[in-house]
Amino acid sequence: MKDFAFARPGSVAEAVRDVAAEPGAVFLAGGTNLVDHLRLGVARPELVVDVRRLTSREVLDTEDGGLRVGAAVTNSELAADRRVRERYPVLAQALLAGATGQLRNLATTGGNPLQRTRCVYFQDVTTPCNKREPGSGCSAVNGYTRYHAILGVPSAMPDPSAPETCIATHPSDMAIALAALDAVVHVVGPAGERTVPFGELHRLPGDDPSRDTVLEHGELITAIDLPPLPAGARSAYRKVRDRASYAFALVSVAAVVAGKDVRIALGGVAHKPWRATRAEELLRGGELTEHAVRHAVEVELTAAQPQPGIDGGNGFKIPLVTRTAVATLRDLEA
Amino acid sequence: MTELLDPRAIGQALVRRDGEAKVRGTATYAAETPVAHPAYAHPVQATVARGRITAVDTSAAEALDGVLAVLTHENAERLASTEDREYAVLQSAEVAFRGQLVGVVLAETSEVARQAADAVVVTYAEQEHDSELTVDHPDLYAPEQVNAGHETDTAEGDVAAAMATAHATVERTYSTAMVHNNPLEPHATTALWDPAADVPLTVWDSTQGVHPDRAAVCEVFGLEQDQVRVVCPYVGGGFGSKGTPHANVMLAVLAARALPGRPVKLALTRQQMFFLAGYRTPTIQRMQLAADRTGRLQAIAIDVVEQTSRIKEFAEQTGAPTRMMYAAPNRRTTHRVAPLDVPVPSWFRAPGECPGMFGPEVALDELAEELGIDPVELRIRNEPDVDPETGKPWSSRNLVACLREGAQRFGWADRPPPGHRDGDWLVGTGVASSVYPTMRQATSDAAVRFEQGRYVVEIGAADLGTGAWTVLPQIAADALDVPVDDVEVRIGDTRYPVASVAGGSSGTNTWGSAITVAAREFRGKFGRSPAEGDEVTGSVDQATKDEDHAAYAFGAQFAEVRVHADTGELRVPRLHGVFAAGRIVNPRTARSQLIGGMTMGLSMALHENSVWDPRIGQVANHDLAEYHVTVNADVGDVQAHWLDEHDPFVNAMGSKGIGEIGITGTAAAVVNAVHRATGIRVRDLPVTLDKVLAGLP
Repeated sequence: MKDFAFARPGSVAEAVRDVAAEPGAVFLAGGTNLVDHLRLGVARPELVVDVRRLTSREVLDTEDGGLRVGAAVTNSELAADRRVRERYPVLAQALLAGATGQLRNLATTGGNPLQRTRCVYFQDVTTPCNKREPGSGCSAVNGYTRYHAILGVPSAMPDPSAPETCIATHPSDMAIALAALDAVVHVVGPAGERTVPFGELHRLPGDDPSRDTVLEHGELITAIDLPPLPAGARSAYRKVRDRASYAFALVSVAAVVAGKDVRIALGGVAHKPWRATRAEELLRGGELTEHAVRHAVEVELTAAQPQPGIDGGNGFKIPLVTRTAVATLRDLEA
Repeated sequence: MTELLDPRAIGQALVRRDGEAKVRGTATYAAETPVAHPAYAHPVQATVARGRITAVDTSAAEALDGVLAVLTHENAERLASTEDREYAVLQSAEVAFRGQLVGVVLAETSEVARQAADAVVVTYAEQEHDSELTVDHPDLYAPEQVNAGHETDTAEGDVAAAMATAHATVERTYSTAMVHNNPLEPHATTALWDPAADVPLTVWDSTQGVHPDRAAVCEVFGLEQDQVRVVCPYVGGGFGSKGTPHANVMLAVLAARALPGRPVKLALTRQQMFFLAGYRTPTIQRMQLAADRTGRLQAIAIDVVEQTSRIKEFAEQTGAPTRMMYAAPNRRTTHRVAPLDVPVPSWFRAPGECPGMFGPEVALDELAEELGIDPVELRIRNEPDVDPETGKPWSSRNLVACLREGAQRFGWADRPPPGHRDGDWLVGTGVASSVYPTMRQATSDAAVRFEQGRYVVEIGAADLGTGAWTVLPQIAADALDVPVDDVEVRIGDTRYPVASVAGGSSGTNTWGSAITVAAREFRGKFGRSPAEGDEVTGSVDQATKDEDHAAYAFGAQFAEVRVHADTGELRVPRLHGVFAAGRIVNPRTARSQLIGGMTMGLSMALHENSVWDPRIGQVANHDLAEYHVTVNADVGDVQAHWLDEHDPFVNAMGSKGIGEIGITGTAAAVVNAVHRATGIRVRDLPVTLDKVLAGLP
């Protein structure tokens, strides 16, 4: 850990200005991920700006019948909110599937979707990683790929020395639910306010794996809107992991069934929450039979590129995603 | 025969004497020893798996405010002994494994020490390394002996001939994963070098034995025993990883000697523990079983392949339990070890027996299936009359009783059929045997002194959270024939008489024997009305030692496993064990140890896996977020029961040791249950959902 300056400004505008002015500045909210990174040397900021007390810690009803969740609302608070539990069970379930009670008490609505990959090589500063140190290469390719991507990667074994190579996955459970809910992110930045559809917040590695999201330096999430779901909508989150609690997802499925609409978001499979849009199209308006769901998800996964690696690689995710999606929608239909 | 103590305090479920201090947070652990004005040390670790340091640049580290010293092989003191290459810290430019210690920073705060350690620039001439264990590794060799003094290979009769002619055979290869002990308290040391003091070196260390710890430090630094004091009242878990000191202890002492008069604290981070604190070697076990129509074994053989570090041999005695568990006329066990560019493997709860009760106990299940014989019954049919290895009679052996009582408690007779489905879950049950040798160490002394109306017992024993603080007074009370409240026991300091390591489940047997000798001698010398200050010292070597019997604790474990029919997720709602481990000194602490061992066995079965990245030579998942240990949500109804076992041959307490047996056999019981649920036989640990996915409906 190296020394850094610490600021606790009095307003969002000030915080944004402070961070925008210093290329080596970061926002601190719950700190459940950043503080680890400070210790590990993964993050080496010059300035840490505490925004915990600057954004709303309330969940408000919106005029359209949805909810506006302040960025400082903790994961525990959000999961316990009766409106969330009743109207957006997929979100409450995803929140409670993440981390531990202690961590959920600290983790925030604004911070959770911005947590960074748990790729073991990203977290180990002694190994090359394009995300942590652009251009250094990717250690994960042909390495320990159990928790790595199968979607949104160019091939079954990308060039580990290429600067764009990254097969990391996004780790947040909450984000998978928000993707399925078509949430909207409110952002304040140096250039003013804007909204970002949740599905567009995270990005694929593209030619710059160091960037997880489309947010510019200095942009701060201030709230996340949950649009209303039609009456009778059902939703659920199913997380599959290596132990019963306190483990990141091998794969997860967030499903929303609203009238003729089916929305499916997949976790643990890509650099971002993966909306299974091809599967959704195939299922729209039809009967959600097991056969139909299996077929739709298999079509979605035709683009998958399972990664080889030590300890068996991650090819098991293809049948596992399919089975988990089938089971999730079966339970929703039951 | 030994005259057993008349149990009055022994057998009582007394609460832990150290419990309140721990719950209140007043029990001090090594890193938090209250010392004045400490300096903090942070290691620098090699980032290549093999090579030679060509340059070290410490200027950036030294330039940081608060840095007191940066030590590397270029400026560190020369050690008196570098014979043990694990302990030869900062003595040469050679790097033998990734993560090896190549420097240490001393600073005013732990944060600055860590920052400075990161700022040390080490340049290497990297060499080709080989860190991957394979069953046919070209460098495999037969060590002179394997751990605990066991023979490397044993053979009797003709296994091949029996395999060729038997009614039923099983020939399979099983493997257990590399696993790291990961006690809650990291390896930590506070060390003070004060050359002017009577005892110049004081080491507050987290260790399973203050005296063995001191002996190793003395050897490495060329000090006399009376120049060193090691103190360790409390240990936050060891599981073998603090059974012998590791390089971090030597580094802490080296650092302290560079700052005379100033205490130095060095606590490993969780990540560093995956390089420096020992681990269990992965094992590959080729099993052969041959049986007649009735299930009687005609042959049993295990050929073990495992690894050691190129710089220090550690040969796990994985084949040991196969030598004594079951009767069979034809037998073979072998051990072959690959020396690799890897950290030094070391002790891990039930070394030998824990991995060595995996392959054989799964193979037996496979044999039972092939023969159509119930796996409990198959084990009973192969019960040996005497120890197959030595021909000695058993001091006591109640495996069959454990199997029968366990089967009854578990409801084995009414277990569901293979592939039984309950809603979304496939349900299966499995059984395996447990075993652990009854050991007593050769060295331990105890002093008994009469002080202000009470009896003070002093012995340099260690309590790893296991219960020594509590059970030793029980033994002393019965040996002195006084109420337990009249006894005070002091442990965890080399100022007390020498004591053996808390390892091999031998602590209570050894220390209790020394205490009993001392107490009996005390009574013999001073009668029942001693004077203030009357004192005697007794030694374990004065206790009766039985050489005529084979002494082991036995057990049987029964697991119910549920496998999710969609996802393959695994749950173990029930894990029941019945043990025969001699007399139980304290049911409360014993139950804790047994269910702790079983839980750790469950962890080995389903979760623990140090994923080795052979490209770079390190554990890829080297922290507790990625290295999974069973958590509360994974643990269902874990029960430990025991039989009332009377063994007059083992020691005066009639105790056999319970720290390790709980972890033996568990993984096999789980794997056997997974097979019954899914039809899939997982032969490589851990059992993870991807390994059962292909067999799900």
